Amino acid sequence: MSEFILQILNGLDKGSAYALIALGLTLIFGTLGVVNFAHGALFMIGAFCSVTLSRILNASYVTIDPTQKDFLGNPLKVKSSYMESWFGPEVGGAITDWSVPLAILFSIPIMIVVGIAMERGLIKHFYKRPHADQILVTFGLAIILQELVRGFYGANPIQTPAPEALSSVAQLGGSLGLEIVYPAWRMVYFFFSLAVIGGVFAFLRFTTFGMVVRAGMADRETVGLMGINIDRRFTVMFAIAAVVAGWAGVMYAPINAPNYHMGMDFLVLSFVVVVVGGMGSLPGAVAAGFLLGILESFASWERFKIFDGLDQIIIYLVAIIILLTRPRGLMGKKGVMED
Amino acid sequence: MLGLEKKDFNLLMVVVALSLFAPLILNIFPKESAFAFFNGGYPDLMQRFAIFGIFAIGFNILFGLTGYLSFGHAAFLGVGSYAAVWMFKLLGYNVLPGLILSVVVAGLLSVVIGFVSLRRSGIYFSILTLAFAQMMYSIAYSDLFGRWLGITLTNGETGLQVYNNDPQILMGPDSSTVPHIFGLEMSSRLTLPVGPWEFVFPVGYYFCAIFLVISFYLSIRIFRSPFGLMLRAVKSNNQRMTYTGLNPRPYTLAAFIISGMYAGLAGGLLASMDPLAGAERMYWTESGAVVIMTVLGGVGTLIGPVLGAGTIKYMENIISKMNEKLLHEWFSFLPESLEKAMVWSASWFTGEGWHMTQGVVFMLVIIFLPGGLVQGSNKLFGRRKRKSTDDAATKQPAE
Amino acid sequence: MGILEVKGVNKRFGGLQALGDVNLSIAENTVHAIIGPNGAGKSTLLNVLIGKLIPDTGSVMFDGQSVLGRAPHEINQMGISRVFQTPEIFSELNVMENMMISCFAKRDGSFRMQAMADMFGEKDVVEKAEKMLVDMEMADKRYDHTAAMSRGDKRRLEIAMCLSQEPRLLLLDEPTAGMARADTNNTIDLLKQIKDERDITIAIIEHDMHVVFSLSERITVLAQGTPLVEDTPDNIKGHPKVKEAYLGEAA
Repeated sequence: MSEFILQILNGLDKGSAYALIALGLTLIFGTLGVVNFAHGALFMIGAFCSVTLSRILNASYVTIDPTQKDFLGNPLKVKSSYMESWFGPEVGGAITDWSVPLAILFSIPIMIVVGIAMERGLIKHFYKRPHADQILVTFGLAIILQELVRGFYGANPIQTPAPEALSSVAQLGGSLGLEIVYPAWRMVYFFFSLAVIGGVFAFLRFTTFGMVVRAGMADRETVGLMGINIDRRFTVMFAIAAVVAGWAGVMYAPINAPNYHMGMDFLVLSFVVVVVGGMGSLPGAVAAGFLLGILESFASWERFKIFDGLDQIIIYLVAIIILLTRPRGLMGKKGVMED
Repeated sequence: MLGLEKKDFNLLMVVVALSLFAPLILNIFPKESAFAFFNGGYPDLMQRFAIFGIFAIGFNILFGLTGYLSFGHAAFLGVGSYAAVWMFKLLGYNVLPGLILSVVVAGLLSVVIGFVSLRRSGIYFSILTLAFAQMMYSIAYSDLFGRWLGITLTNGETGLQVYNNDPQILMGPDSSTVPHIFGLEMSSRLTLPVGPWEFVFPVGYYFCAIFLVISFYLSIRIFRSPFGLMLRAVKSNNQRMTYTGLNPRPYTLAAFIISGMYAGLAGGLLASMDPLAGAERMYWTESGAVVIMTVLGGVGTLIGPVLGAGTIKYMENIISKMNEKLLHEWFSFLPESLEKAMVWSASWFTGEGWHMTQGVVFMLVIIFLPGGLVQGSNKLFGRRKRKSTDDAATKQPAE
Repeated sequence: MGILEVKGVNKRFGGLQALGDVNLSIAENTVHAIIGPNGAGKSTLLNVLIGKLIPDTGSVMFDGQSVLGRAPHEINQMGISRVFQTPEIFSELNVMENMMISCFAKRDGSFRMQAMADMFGEKDVVEKAEKMLVDMEMADKRYDHTAAMSRGDKRRLEIAMCLSQEPRLLLLDEPTAGMARADTNNTIDLLKQIKDERDITIAIIEHDMHVVFSLSERITVLAQGTPLVEDTPDNIKGHPKVKEAYLGEAA
């Protein structure tokens, strides 16, 4: 029983990432009708927001302490962090320690700027072009963004630790008589994603803005005829999707050390998730994200092992089977992306 | 001639001439001159021109004619390589059985993938092919089938290669220990120094070039055939096609299989030049690369894919060779601060930054020149096009 | 026994009865019009005839064979060709290539792998396409790009493509919709000419009464998904029930 629950939990963090990326992809696809191959790059940029902030906060300067000597007899060089010297060791240390959660705030302006630049600068011009062109141009953009990051941060993964208080291992289910040992940060990630997903849904459901966007997703022309400037709203939607993808990356940094190609790696799977969920269906994207994440975790479970390495292909297998039996995906609507 | 119209025959002759004289054309700069760096006439690169030309020609038969954008063609390339290396391991270094098997295996795989993927069109098709190719990559990378069967099939991360203790049952005691065709070794070459120039005529390259010319010829025949007409009909108007009593699916499937076999042949040739096969050849960005080549050259045109493959591979080689030392030499005439700035900005696009250049070129082409180089040169020379085959490139692909 | 027999066809969409107990018989070598006010179920009926929709009950027999559940290309190969409301042609290809596609479809069936032959070397197909273009007075437009043609010309090409398949039944869905008067008259003349010169059954769904009365020999009036009357044009003109159906629409 504990093992079973652990498998589900193990699937949740990856599932959360899939769900967040797929949610953004679906928002963009549903509102703008654009297939965005550069969406994985947004996830990656988010992760590197974490890296950057953590580097900024850990910035230090070197002083020479003449009273102490190192083993060669030279004056000892002492590294001290700006944060600690400005705010005192206690507060400064805490700020440095909490750099990843702080990056949630730090990433907002960055992701908004990147998102708006992408939409206004490039994708806007491809609304009327065929999907093949959209795929190709955003694929090109994804390569460029990835190379930029590689240029600045190098090719190696960069470890970005979670705050110490949250990097411990949590004991769960004690009261139920179960023993489940699970990294606390992964729980944080899961609840964070739930909050973000809930926020996006609430935003779409309860605000006028969201209602217009939903109407636009259903029927763009009519909304345009009503004299509502739907394009501006769609730009905002793109920025929101960028922030969501960015946040997914920010918080994922401690789970998997960010590297420049993580965006591409997640992108393919997220596309599969979107298609399985049903192109253009937000709940479908979220559900499929978690579903496939958990499935992947179960496929790697020793007890269920049908054959070695099943976990690496299970998502693709399931996607192919679902697409063949339910061509519109789990929750796809008729008329969306039909030929 | 050869069942071709005069115009097409001339185009074929252009390709034959380019292939034949590539070692001369690509070594235009004398060996010791400052520009020798830009020579592309060394065997390894020329082979790649031919091999990726074949790959792109095949891809164009699917994407250019039917408008179905496959994002998983690297799977066939990889499978072709594995098949060829297995023939080297089992039979010996003669490349012929390897090439035959690589085409057959890629063909069989494309029957399966095509049959499933072609049940959907548009973006769904692209994502299905992408998913299949990634699955194949994962399978090859961790040698899933091999582990399953208890043998080494792809040799996982290390990649498949030929070992001394492999059976190689057709190998005699004096057989060549590198890939060859009936004794003629792929790696052998004729070097011809002419004054300051040095021209290299490699066997491997000419071997690939023969396949390139044949592939190109077949692609012209397909473009001009009733079958090719039907493929263009698929791209143009699927509804009218079915209501004209035609079944689009077998036509698209046939195109998919043909392009898969082209990719398999290219994969087999890659292995014939260098008897290795690795999973990275199947990664999805490799599938993206063939799309880039085809689009850069001109989707739906005959010569476009060959030009696109050549351009990309040439740029890849030359640009990734440009290191910082070289850049410093080039910009040394500038004042030091300016030199540093130039080197810094250029280094983003050279050496390891080659992918950056590729991305930029690709985006520029899609944005400003969706018809690729062929359309660009037509615009430049103001040439009017007569047949609609030629400007299929300027048309939007079907969804 | 007509060439097309529709018996007891019912089709519901949710709560809406789109077709209610439709019986229809189209006799061979006649021009049969199906008219009716908006929402009478004309398009639904047409979609049933060409296999795009499967009725809840009933049968549709073409020349003694059921068309239900068959793919569009199979129905076409049985001998039913369809002309669409907006002309559907291969707009990336030129006129001759459009014609050749339909001629190949007639000669080779729904699929034939002919990848190594020169399409212009298939003399029988080329000749047939050429002849059809001459018959349809389109020979001078042979190498024109179809995307830029007038709606009347596109319609003419579409009909030519259908005729080259020598169909036994030609279905026309509002063939003059959205056309200028001159184009409409041209199309009527063309259809009259086809009717006189060929052994062909034509079923036409039309809104424009001018077109209907200049062409048809039998008329079925459809209202609220059910055939109201079926008669000759002269009898239909003064029929009280027809007036009612149309007045009802106007009110």
